[in-house]
Amino acid sequence: MIEYNKRNIRTWSLLGPSGAHGTAVMELAETNPDVLILTADLCFFSGLERFKTAYPDKLYNVGIAEQNMIGVAAGLAKEGFIPFANTYASFCASRCADQVRVNMAYMGLPIKLIGLTAGYGAGVLGATHVSIEDISLMRALPNITVISPADCTEIIKAILAAAETSDPTYIRLTGPMNMPIVYKEDYNFAIGKAVTIQKGYDVAIIATGSMVAQAQKAAKLLEADGVKCSVINMHTIKPIDSDAILEANENHKLLVTAEEHNVIGGLYGAVAEVLCKEGVHKPVLSIGINDFFAHAGSYSYQLDISELTAESMKKKILSAIN
Amino acid sequence: MTEIELITKYEDAAKRIRRHIIDMTYNTGKTGAHLGGSLSIVELLAGLYAGEIRYHADDPNWEGRDRVILSKGHAAMALYPAMVEAGIINEAELSTFKQDGSKLGGHPSLNGLPGIEFASGSLGQGLSLGVGVCLAMKRKGNQDSRAFVFLGDGECDEGSVWEAAASASHYGLSNLVVVVDMNGIQYDGYTTEVMDMAPFEKKWQDFGWNTISIDGHNIEQILEAFSQRGEKPIAILAHTVKGKGVSFMENNWRFHNAALSKEQYEQAVGELEADK
Repeated sequence: MIEYNKRNIRTWSLLGPSGAHGTAVMELAETNPDVLILTADLCFFSGLERFKTAYPDKLYNVGIAEQNMIGVAAGLAKEGFIPFANTYASFCASRCADQVRVNMAYMGLPIKLIGLTAGYGAGVLGATHVSIEDISLMRALPNITVISPADCTEIIKAILAAAETSDPTYIRLTGPMNMPIVYKEDYNFAIGKAVTIQKGYDVAIIATGSMVAQAQKAAKLLEADGVKCSVINMHTIKPIDSDAILEANENHKLLVTAEEHNVIGGLYGAVAEVLCKEGVHKPVLSIGINDFFAHAGSYSYQLDISELTAESMKKKILSAIN
Repeated sequence: MTEIELITKYEDAAKRIRRHIIDMTYNTGKTGAHLGGSLSIVELLAGLYAGEIRYHADDPNWEGRDRVILSKGHAAMALYPAMVEAGIINEAELSTFKQDGSKLGGHPSLNGLPGIEFASGSLGQGLSLGVGVCLAMKRKGNQDSRAFVFLGDGECDEGSVWEAAASASHYGLSNLVVVVDMNGIQYDGYTTEVMDMAPFEKKWQDFGWNTISIDGHNIEQILEAFSQRGEKPIAILAHTVKGKGVSFMENNWRFHNAALSKEQYEQAVGELEADK
């Protein structure tokens, strides 16, 4: 049984998103006999080293064959198992888009797909391995739940929660090793229900994934300038928590979205769709990757040139409200 | 039943399926349907559904059933009447084929029609599904059931077929049977001209499969191939004629997907009747 205590939370953060993934699926293997794991030659990269030793018969490594991995997972799912399949987010979404579409979206088979190193997590390898479009692609497909956890604790909670539903689910893992901790202690996580991390009255930053921690930092910086921010963790992008968005709009002067994803079709799009549908017509500041491929480089370098740091966030928000 | 009676039974089933295919296409009016690749696969499906398949019509989810995956989903028009032969669906339902609101679409889909394991139509995906199903059956200790995956020869251009083929032998899936409908023609013409996959049988063998090459219209050879079991997955390479059974459709790529005029329909029916 997983314990959400301070020591574990610190350890998970040190291990990073892949390590948290490995921890979560170990827990699943111990508690849910139907859970199986598939990977495409990323057994160690995805944090499955302990899993492989403990449960070799529950792990299928299909080699570098992502399309086959999704199809095999679909076959297992149809026969009653709960397959968790993982590969780089870019290969989950773009490369296997048709397999995802037919097997998960159209047939509705309960595959749980884990997108590793979403955003710039593998940015040092260059644009082939970054994933700035996966939310957009997944969100456009019917029936798929899209989750983007804010820290390693939430990654574990999201994976355990996904195993409890019969919905096809995509979980994108953003953030580096030594991932900033958003949740210092246990909290309630429910798919589709946004979490208000802190309350302010001027600006509401609706953030997802790694950007939740950056938004917390930006809020602190802005406080020094007398601007009070709410930070809302929109960990589930689909189905989106419309009530949380409308409430944020009601109670703040400015809405901001923050995502480690292209500004087209991701969280910004999802939030804008809700507002538009409700007849709310006012600008929303979009902080995200501004529709370009960054040069290969370290994670912090790429956040920097994409203006996704807390410092950039602060500047953009200040210029939007002044 | 003597062996001759048995073969006659399957051949009669094939004749009924073929006649349904012509009627179903004609009923679609100007829409048309995938005639060529449906007519080529008739005996293969008849051989399976009229007898070889493990299936309980009153319990479509029976664990001990064989799983049939029509990866070449455009041959759904042959699958539905074959399922009638097995008592899985009613003959009357065939008249709804491709009509608005029908469960019998141009490609199989998961819409409550019994006996359809997966939606198909996006080529190159069915064999991966078969691998997953066979792994699952082994996990469950189900040693009786097999998965039969029907591929087109043109479909084998898709790289994902070969990803799946490699994994099937890697995992030692003795419960997996592939049937390739080798009618030799794809949408744009002869497979040898569009994309020549020769040496085709050797490819399967090199991927670790046992292969059986047969005349895909010869019931005796089909039954013999289906009865084979071994340690390795089996690929039955069934040499067939696209449009088989109607003279003007045979080996004619124009009838890959086509509508039928009244004259064409009458001629086709006439030829099938004369064959009785």
